[in-house]
Amino acid sequence: MDILQVKNLTKKFGSFKALHDVNFNVKKGEIFGFIGPNGAGKSTTIRVLLGVLKATEGEVKLFEKDAWKDAVEIHKRIAYVPGDVNLWPNLTGGEIIDLFIKLRGGNSANKREELVKRFDLDPSKKSRTYSKGNRQKVALIAALSSEADFYILDEPTSGLDPLMERIFQECVLELKAQGKSVLLSSHILSEVEKLCDRVGIIREGQIIETGSLKELRHLTRTQILLETKEPVPELNKQKGVHDISSTDQGITFQVDTEEMDSVMRYITQFGIVKLESAPPALEDLFMRHYEGTKKSGSGAGGEG
Amino acid sequence: MNESVTANTSRLSLFMFRLDRIRIFLWLTGLNFFTLIVPISFVSLYSSEQERAAMAETMQNPAMTAMVGPADLSNYTLGVMTSHQMLLMTAAVAGLMSILLVTRHTRADEEEGRVELIRSLPVGRLAYLNAALFVISCVCVILAIINGAGLYMLGIESMQLEGSLLYGAALGGTALVFAGITAFFSQLSDNARGTVGLSIGFLLAAYLFRAVTDISNESLSWLSPLGWVTKTEAYGANNWWPVVLMVIFAFVMFAAANYLHAIRDLESGFLPARSGRTHAGSFLQSPFALAFRLQRTGFIAWAIGLFVIGASYGSVLGDMESFFEGNELMEQMLQPEAGLTLTETFIPMLLIVLSLLAAIPPVMSMNKLRGEEKKGRLDHMLGRAVSRNKLMGSYFTLAVVNGFVMLMLAGFGLWAAGNAVMEEGFSFSMVMGAAAAYYPAILVMISLSAAFIGWFPKFLTLVWVYIFYSFIVLYLGGLFQFADWIGELSPFGHVPQYPVEDMAIFPLVVLMLIAAVIAAAGFIGFRKRDIEN
Repeated sequence: MDILQVKNLTKKFGSFKALHDVNFNVKKGEIFGFIGPNGAGKSTTIRVLLGVLKATEGEVKLFEKDAWKDAVEIHKRIAYVPGDVNLWPNLTGGEIIDLFIKLRGGNSANKREELVKRFDLDPSKKSRTYSKGNRQKVALIAALSSEADFYILDEPTSGLDPLMERIFQECVLELKAQGKSVLLSSHILSEVEKLCDRVGIIREGQIIETGSLKELRHLTRTQILLETKEPVPELNKQKGVHDISSTDQGITFQVDTEEMDSVMRYITQFGIVKLESAPPALEDLFMRHYEGTKKSGSGAGGEG
Repeated sequence: MNESVTANTSRLSLFMFRLDRIRIFLWLTGLNFFTLIVPISFVSLYSSEQERAAMAETMQNPAMTAMVGPADLSNYTLGVMTSHQMLLMTAAVAGLMSILLVTRHTRADEEEGRVELIRSLPVGRLAYLNAALFVISCVCVILAIINGAGLYMLGIESMQLEGSLLYGAALGGTALVFAGITAFFSQLSDNARGTVGLSIGFLLAAYLFRAVTDISNESLSWLSPLGWVTKTEAYGANNWWPVVLMVIFAFVMFAAANYLHAIRDLESGFLPARSGRTHAGSFLQSPFALAFRLQRTGFIAWAIGLFVIGASYGSVLGDMESFFEGNELMEQMLQPEAGLTLTETFIPMLLIVLSLLAAIPPVMSMNKLRGEEKKGRLDHMLGRAVSRNKLMGSYFTLAVVNGFVMLMLAGFGLWAAGNAVMEEGFSFSMVMGAAAAYYPAILVMISLSAAFIGWFPKFLTLVWVYIFYSFIVLYLGGLFQFADWIGELSPFGHVPQYPVEDMAIFPLVVLMLIAAVIAAAGFIGFRKRDIEN
């Protein structure tokens, strides 16, 4: 069952097209990673999902209800963490968390106390004294302590330290274990690789790739470092080999995943002394898409 | 002072001038405009000595002394009159200017982390503070000179060069005093809000202390910096000592601020930060409660303010009758009718001013919704189970209640103070009824705000233009003999001028209907549009 369905979503601000025919869905129980460069339309998409912005065209459904018309009904079942958390400077963190929990309609006091401890937040401080990370904690604690079915998290860890980031990741995996669904927009690719079942990449208002990480990795290349007894002739003529360059340690090149087998068979003929391969990283894929029209794959290589 | 701690002060000063050039220009223009416009109008209003003596007579009561301070009423020249009625109030406003300008570049910049950025550059530890103090000192000096020169150039006989310069110096000196106070408090408090709060608190305390001691024991007024203002007796005895005192006081404060700044950590204060609640109280549970909580301080301040303004109008009612006698301009403005005392005729005019003032806080309250949107905080509400109707409804309800409370407090203040000073007071129901008649007009303004927020949020400022328009045409309409329709373009122009006119219910009902329709349109618009951030 799809928790979220986005069909042909287009959003215009005046004549500026912020989103163009966006399509994706989030299934029940999965963590969906939503990645893309700054200004690509991640937050705009999320604000349409929340019914804060009205779609110009297309259909957005959460729990099979319309994101705009049934916003309040839908919001009883979702929890949201904005990317830029602006709070009221003269309220304390504790007051804001409680207010947020109340506004959603759920209440789970134990969870709240536990999360305040885990995230190490002082809820008695006025929020004007909070750093970006602490403001984010306020929003995270409010969202994670609510009994929602779908969690929308917009770059929730951009201000957190690595320790807090790990706690956040644990919390998300706990949600997944409980069968909850999560939409995680993020810049931290290692986080997305660790947590997400599927990802969608958005650039300039358009989804350019969706699929499981496994599927997407097929689209990437493996970085190879090779040293052989005899020189390898005509390596550049082999199908699926790119970006050859020789270094002190040997030659490096990239191989398309689908041509890996034939390339390997070819090079074994020349007596392999050393062979190192780096797995295709999401980052690699990400960079290729981010760079857009630039020459693809140039110089991008995963490190072990 | 060691040069390294003040390195680059001059460059930072130029930078601050650059940042604040428009702000400073507007403050100086405003303060000078109001200083110069008053003696000009006094010349035409009180040309004869007899008229001035009559004015002095009305000033001779404790209420007026409490408000504007003492003066030599036996020698009530135009100069004395100007400095008596205007100098203290203008000085308080100049003090407010200093409080806001200094806070901006001390605690506010520090709180926002901008000072940290500056400090990471080769800039002295005390440079930013001293640049701010240098800039405000220059502003004070410019204020003093322009003001003094401007007054002298009016060429009014009783306003000679020395008095004029002293008048300006008293203004500049007061501004300097409050610059010092604010610089000092900005070291104590660790946030801008607290700094402004403490400084304005000090300003009010200084004003009230002086009000009490001016009536009871004038020499005790020397203890209040605002007491020094009237002690100058500009255009009278021309006493320069208070100005010297102001400058010394300000520099002592500057030094104290520098000392405290030098011994503390960046972004810390000396007042302990109170730790707040770890849980929301049982009240803070809804958008309405949040809206109220955010506006609580402002609400209380405005409530007190309107009561005091109402009361201060009321306090002069006792002397009103003698004031009007022989004052042609006022008679022309008020057009007295048979069967009413002049004081009663004055009620609608007072209430127009009071009701327009009472319209300000509820409109601000409604506009807060837009303010929250601009700060990106509405998503917190709308992203949860809060509908747009409920959200806007919370702010609207609060504004509607706010408007009623403000209007009634202003009316009540007018009645209570009037009753205390007049031999035969007004009837309570008459004053409150006359005030209540303005409520539908205030509702129209609130609804208009809601409609702008719903449909044209970018043009929300037009509501203020409309309120200002209402003030101009209705307060001065009688004087300039505007055509009726010009006043009728404002909802306030349709309110029956009770007790001068009969209390007509029909226009009030129409105003309420109009308010309801506009508000409904606002709600519909707000439900349809994108929330910006």
